[in-house]
Amino acid sequence: MTQMNPRITVSYEDTATIVTFTDEKILEEKDVRQLEQSLASLIDQAEGIVLVLDFSNVRFMSSAVLGLLIKVSKRVYEHEGRLALCAIGPKIYEIFKITRLTKIFDIYKDADDAVKRLAEPQ
Amino acid sequence: MKQDRATKKTMLLDSRPEAVEQTRQWLLSQLNQFEYGDDDVFAVQLAFQEAFYNAMKHGNKMDAGKKVKIYFVIDPDRIEISMTDNGSGFDPDAVPDCRIGENLYKTEGRGLLLMRSYMDIVEFNEIGNSVHMVRFPRGTKSHASTARK
Repeated sequence: MTQMNPRITVSYEDTATIVTFTDEKILEEKDVRQLEQSLASLIDQAEGIVLVLDFSNVRFMSSAVLGLLIKVSKRVYEHEGRLALCAIGPKIYEIFKITRLTKIFDIYKDADDAVKRLAEPQ
Repeated sequence: MKQDRATKKTMLLDSRPEAVEQTRQWLLSQLNQFEYGDDDVFAVQLAFQEAFYNAMKHGNKMDAGKKVKIYFVIDPDRIEISMTDNGSGFDPDAVPDCRIGENLYKTEGRGLLLMRSYMDIVEFNEIGNSVHMVRFPRGTKSHASTARK
């Protein structure tokens, strides 16, 4: 089953919720706020959510998105869930490396890989 | 056809997030005319976005009536952006390192690091309300192998 929100698509695989960002560019504060609201609503609806954020469409983003991801990760952990990121292109991955956010996020090559890894016992 | 003559342009933008989009599009079109490669376009676009966000939010405190002045010089050898806000400035050396300890978990404070990482020169004026950034090309679309990084 796939649901469409303005800037994300949501699909479900096994126990995981896969959120795919649909925009190529995520820049403006209002876009980030909109994403934050959509993600918060998903997380709050599912205690213990296993959430995969898929970046396969994203070609450019600002540091505001990094702030969003920190907020999302806090919310997921408050709800005793698990979070992974996947399909991050090389240019965007460089931003994660520079800011050392590769240390705090689990990043996988694609959604299938992320779902498989999150299904493993912690 | 690839442009050879330098583009010099001054712009005054309102301190509103949506005010930057038209200028960002203009910047992209200029980089395209000079046939800058993807890495340069990505880097300059990111540094520009982060600098504008800092000027608007931290400098002008989101006061839409306050302007951000931007000066571009773009030619085949460099991309230069100067940005000045109406704020009281800051000390860039006093900005905490967002890569260390608890700072890793902060939701803000990464813009300056990204500007410094993606541009070759990042300098502030004495009071810190004006930044001057330069990037030298790593290659063009047609000559990506001339990368100098």
